[in-house]
Amino acid sequence: MPDLIQMKEISKVYGNGIYANRHVNFSVREGEIHALVGENGAGKSTLMKVLYGLEEMDAGEILINDRPVVFHSPQDAMSLGIGMVHQHFMLVGSLTVMENVVFGYESVKGIFIDRKTARQKVLELSELFNFKIDPDMITADLAVGLKQKVEILKALYRGAKVLILDEPTAVLTPQETGELFNQLKVLKEQGYTVIFISHKLREVKEISDRISVMRRGEMIATVNTEDVSQQEISSMMVGSSSSGIIEKDKFPVLENRLAVSNLVWTDANKKKLVDDISLTVGAGEIVGIAGVEGNGQDELIEIITGILKPDSGEVQLFEKPTTGKSIRDLRDMGMSYIPSDRMTLGIAKDMSIEDNLISIMLNNKSIYNFNLLDRKKIRKMAKNLISDYSIRATSEKTEVGMLSGGNIQRVVVAREFSSGAKIIIAEQPTRGIDIGAAEFIHRKLIQLRNDGCAILLVSADLEELKRLSDRIIVLYNGQITANIEDVLNVSEIELGNYMLGVKKQSDAEIGRAYNAKTK
Amino acid sequence: MRKLSKVWWFNIATTALAITISLLIAFMIIFMVSDQPLDAVNSLLFGPLSSLRNFGTVIETMITISFTGMAVCVMFQGGQFNLGAEGAFFIGAITASAITTKLSLHPGMLMFVAIVGGGLAGMLLCYIPAILRAKFNADEMVSSLMLNYVALYLGLYLLNTFLRDPNFGMLASYKIPPDAKLTQFIPKTRIHTGVFIVAILIFLIYIFIYRTRTGYSIRVLGNNPNFAHYSGIKVGSAIVISQVVGGAIAGIGGSVELLGMYERFQWTSLPGYGWDGVIIAILARNKPQYVPIAALFLSYLRIGSSIMARLTDVPYELIIVIQSIMIVLITASALLGRLRHKMVVKEAIAHGQSI
Repeated sequence: MPDLIQMKEISKVYGNGIYANRHVNFSVREGEIHALVGENGAGKSTLMKVLYGLEEMDAGEILINDRPVVFHSPQDAMSLGIGMVHQHFMLVGSLTVMENVVFGYESVKGIFIDRKTARQKVLELSELFNFKIDPDMITADLAVGLKQKVEILKALYRGAKVLILDEPTAVLTPQETGELFNQLKVLKEQGYTVIFISHKLREVKEISDRISVMRRGEMIATVNTEDVSQQEISSMMVGSSSSGIIEKDKFPVLENRLAVSNLVWTDANKKKLVDDISLTVGAGEIVGIAGVEGNGQDELIEIITGILKPDSGEVQLFEKPTTGKSIRDLRDMGMSYIPSDRMTLGIAKDMSIEDNLISIMLNNKSIYNFNLLDRKKIRKMAKNLISDYSIRATSEKTEVGMLSGGNIQRVVVAREFSSGAKIIIAEQPTRGIDIGAAEFIHRKLIQLRNDGCAILLVSADLEELKRLSDRIIVLYNGQITANIEDVLNVSEIELGNYMLGVKKQSDAEIGRAYNAKTK
Repeated sequence: MRKLSKVWWFNIATTALAITISLLIAFMIIFMVSDQPLDAVNSLLFGPLSSLRNFGTVIETMITISFTGMAVCVMFQGGQFNLGAEGAFFIGAITASAITTKLSLHPGMLMFVAIVGGGLAGMLLCYIPAILRAKFNADEMVSSLMLNYVALYLGLYLLNTFLRDPNFGMLASYKIPPDAKLTQFIPKTRIHTGVFIVAILIFLIYIFIYRTRTGYSIRVLGNNPNFAHYSGIKVGSAIVISQVVGGAIAGIGGSVELLGMYERFQWTSLPGYGWDGVIIAILARNKPQYVPIAALFLSYLRIGSSIMARLTDVPYELIIVIQSIMIVLITASALLGRLRHKMVVKEAIAHGQSI
């Protein structure tokens, strides 16, 4: 098969002087599913942004069908049939599916949008590719998996023949991932080319024809998928094989650090998003929360972290109710919070790393000298954290917004873990970041658990939950459907059944989610 | 530090380029409309240096607009687009005139009380939009703009009813006792001791913004309010404090202006220094330490324009053209963006640096 796209000797340097791509060669054959893997910050997204015209390269050339092309904007790339679905969806929530798909490329009748034709076209497209989606739904109401389909439809509608998917499965449930893969196969059969960025090697192995591995801005190798094992890909990515299971000490849980009892929260549409949830997390215990996105996890965490107020029920930290307490009070009681949305909640992106590290320690005397911030002490602390948490940055003065996703998460985690936390709420702590950083964060979490920290872990990644949790609590429709104590021996299928509400444990079993220490 | 200074140089270059372009456009306009273009350009550029008196005027104006510039910097640092510096400056001046003409205190004391009183008045005025924002999420820009007029007419009411000197030919307050006034210490100019107040305030504000807990909170708030909230920073108080501190500085500015430059309070409309403050904050990129430079520059141009208008056929309003182009160019961050990127690339390649 001939190469459809060739990228030759691509180099790209970001504003902070970091090489994102260094003499990268990459080629894609027509009609293949090509996986692009590598740790976060390895330069995968940058390479694809160059191909999609979002970033301009500093050196190198792109050939399509052996003809050199220059892209100044995504419109240029789109006109040559290259479409991209970003990790963070670019949809207008208040518009319908149809409106989002045709947005910017509307067929018009005079000065009006020809809605009928547009609707017809969208319907045809979704039928052609077997996308079960209602064009008149309001986009904001869609589940994540469906939003992603809208993005794919949008690219197809604009005439994309090559689809770039930036970590498409990061936000999906196992079931949704399966569905996505079926669709990609359909696209492939019809002659479309797919470039698939991912960290999840099992998925890469399952779906792709060829794999290209990047590391630290350079292209390491391109291989046929059938010729390599997951371990081999993994070692190409990190430079060394990563270990599997983390050993955990077993010890009895002695005291409840976090207790949530009979929590209820109803949204503006009178829907009970949190419906009578009771659970406890003890010292030295990691309790995992599993569930398909939108089944009450977000609201539960927002109530625990003091952002939302429950309609009824109570949260207790150290057996003291938190009702009426501010976020400052909760943090002073020893609570730390790693938010899933790190860009909006977790950092101030135009401020330096050191300024981002001190945001929760303003009550801490050690960063002051005569009531003034002591820049020397702060710098020293920041330097230590940067080396302890292997944050890759030119200096502690670097603006956080200049860092890669994995490094930003390292900054968040460094801040939250170093504050002497006694209760940690970790929400999707490793979503969308590289294996190295994820492994690091996992080890830190285990270490904190062994040191007696109480940890509530919300994750969409079942492997992560099984790897870390001492117990897994499954949420469905705002209720607990399972409290799983034998974490190592539960299958993903079984977890999936609880997550989809097909199965539910008995009240007695679920009741053990609360006061598990008394077992 | 090396990296930081590079960004710094880059900002300097952008600003310098913006200034150059706007001046070039101004020259083009002068050459198109004027019969004596060389004289006009000459007096615009060098007029302020032509005599001590003229240069004195530059410094006087610089003092005035440094206050409002600082005020706006503090509020913008917190992401609070409070435009009440205008009203706060006005109300500060009228408060100072009320204190100096109505209170009988020891003269030195009187001056001190008048300045502090002006600050408090400005503070109070800016407290209103601040608390409305913090408690009811009302847009501080709208409420502060409206409040400027409240300040103006409240001031005029006070002037008319309580402070007016009936024996003076026009609407003006009683004469400020000479002992209460700031000393003009350079002969042939009206440069007054307010310049030292500016210097001290800039130092204090710098420390406040960069070295105190509250200043840090204000910067986080300005950068990402969600993050501030999540970190447990008291967002409400940061909103209020940034605006109140800004109001206080503008109020102090008003009283210093009155005590340094005037015999009586006689403004019947808003003097416009608040808007100058916005321009200065933009030029100084909200950094208090750059306020004096930005203020000196703006005031130099102002005086240059007015000398030009006096001596030639080019009208004073040309300064507005220059200002507008400058602001547009500076706020258009894309300007020089490519150059900056090239610089960084060169650096990275030179050091053979990777991730």
